[in-house]
Amino acid sequence: MSILVDKDTRLLVQGITGREGQFHTRQMLEYGTQVVAGVTPGKGGEWVAGVPVFDTVREAVAATGPNTAIIYVPARFAPDAMYEAADAGIELVVCITEGIPVLDMVRVKAYLQAKGTRLIGPNCPGVITPGEAKVGIMPGHIHIPGPVGVVSRSGTLTYEVVHALTMAGLGQSTAVGIGGDPVIGSTFVDILALFEDDPLTDYVVLIGEIGGTDEERAAEFIAAEMSKPVVAFIAGRTAPPGKRMGHAGAIIEGGTGTAAEKIAAFEKVGVRVASRPDEIPELIRELG
Amino acid sequence: MRLHEYQSKRIFAEYGVPIPQGDVARSAEEARQIADRLGKPVVIKAQVLVGGRGKAGGILLARDPAEAEVMAERILGMEIKGLTVGKVLVDEAADIVQEIYLGVVIDRAAGRPVMMASSEGGVDIEEVARLTPERIVKVTVDPFLGLREYQARELAFGIGLSRAYLRDFVRIARGLYAAFLGSDATLAEINPLVITAAGELLALDGKMIIDDNALFRHPDLAELRDLAEEDPYEQEARLFGLSYVRLDGEIGCMVNGAGLAMATMDLTKLYGGAPANFLDIGGGAKAEKVAAALRIILSDENVKAVLFNIFGGITRCDEVARGILAALEEVKPQVPMVARLVGTNEEEGRALLAGADMVTAETLAEAAQKAVALAQGRMA
Repeated sequence: MSILVDKDTRLLVQGITGREGQFHTRQMLEYGTQVVAGVTPGKGGEWVAGVPVFDTVREAVAATGPNTAIIYVPARFAPDAMYEAADAGIELVVCITEGIPVLDMVRVKAYLQAKGTRLIGPNCPGVITPGEAKVGIMPGHIHIPGPVGVVSRSGTLTYEVVHALTMAGLGQSTAVGIGGDPVIGSTFVDILALFEDDPLTDYVVLIGEIGGTDEERAAEFIAAEMSKPVVAFIAGRTAPPGKRMGHAGAIIEGGTGTAAEKIAAFEKVGVRVASRPDEIPELIRELG
Repeated sequence: MRLHEYQSKRIFAEYGVPIPQGDVARSAEEARQIADRLGKPVVIKAQVLVGGRGKAGGILLARDPAEAEVMAERILGMEIKGLTVGKVLVDEAADIVQEIYLGVVIDRAAGRPVMMASSEGGVDIEEVARLTPERIVKVTVDPFLGLREYQARELAFGIGLSRAYLRDFVRIARGLYAAFLGSDATLAEINPLVITAAGELLALDGKMIIDDNALFRHPDLAELRDLAEEDPYEQEARLFGLSYVRLDGEIGCMVNGAGLAMATMDLTKLYGGAPANFLDIGGGAKAEKVAAALRIILSDENVKAVLFNIFGGITRCDEVARGILAALEEVKPQVPMVARLVGTNEEEGRALLAGADMVTAETLAEAAQKAVALAQGRMA
């Protein structure tokens, strides 16, 4: 199994004719992902790397039957792309785009929730199930299949952790980047619940950072609902309050969202928190 | 982007929220003229983008225009938390009977706006939230319905507001929500919202934070950015598409990706050093961008060593290495440097840097340890 994406994923790429869209479509195809269609309004009838391009998501769905969409369109058009995917009946939408206004995301999140469409991101690297499907922008070659589920608010920090796991011979069931924005489609808790139910996941690595209280709610969920062990890493111990650390969501506001609070919340429920990314494999080994 | 009090209140007024009469002065003479025009006692308020202005002596009362000039003279040029006061707001003084808090923020957990009110106005709302959370009443707003009148009434009744003010309060709450929405704000607050001796509700102080990601559709708001209030290096970084925050340590950090940049900072601390900055060079790393980043990092005299940490994914290590080499040609740093390149094309990247005067490292931990040792003069 694994979660969210696998070899049966039929992927639609929104914004397929753009520079990013074309590049990553090729990368995903090379990895073995089934990319069945692309959409760029006004470019219907063209082809990108052997993938047919349609003007609308509805047409692409009717012709090729995708169940997942990935979005590479610029921030000001990305909300519309997400509404279009949801209205066309796509079950899973992965939005890579960075820089979407937060009030747009408030509406998108509410609308997609009502439609029953699952959203990953925005401002995220995507989702990969090693050896099966890559739906995102992460370097595929650093991943190997295995029992560790990874969920993270970051991009390159996730690669760093995955690389450390792979070097230690610990493969990954699925690695999910949930995104660095203040309002995101799926939270840590949503993904932890999927890993808990996934028979191919034995351990979970959670990579959090300063800002918000998503990690604190994850700690509560782990204590109340999870049987599988979780190891955490929190970035931003040295971040000052009131300053945005790159990600729109990485900011200590009103004294909340500090790394210290998040680490304390995990330790309180018995979740080990690594002090360095390369300590994570050791902590997993110690779990036995 | 944080707005000044006077900017925030002017926006509130456009949405029907009553504010005191007043204007902004850049000199004591201007302050006197404004006080003269208002013809009543005034409050002189420092306009700087930090909290705690009152405690710092940046808010003073003046009975007449002559006194307004004296008080403005005292406040202008004052330093508040490292910022120099260049402007004061001269507002008519209000006769305050009661102080209320009213604000809208994005509730990240709910993914929706939440409006909050409290009978404890005029003080730091975060303090109220910590000490007496029961004094704060909240309503979550459905983004497709907006703030309904019944919700504003719930807030009014929840804070025990006298019924005489109910209609005005509801109007102000709806106005504030409309200002929040119309400006693409992530925070809009009136603190305090006062009831005056004359029985009127008035937004005495205001604060707004505008979503930087939404400024493309608000050119008028984008112009309100006060460059005098921002670190000049953070401004330069923004021009190059870099995300930079200056800190007070001695190890300059250049990293691709925000999360990894924070983790790199944290590791310098773990090994006994301290980061001089947060810097995310983003995806790709053309020489021009790397050079700008290096210039900005080295503009900080506290920097004793520079740590490059690049995890190549889509960004190729050889491309970054070329960027670093070109930047070194241009910037010629006088401090030791440590480079750690991992991922796509790492061998080519490392080979390119082999000729440069740089210490290399295989892992992030090793790189951080070496940078700390070099910064502290423990390693040649």
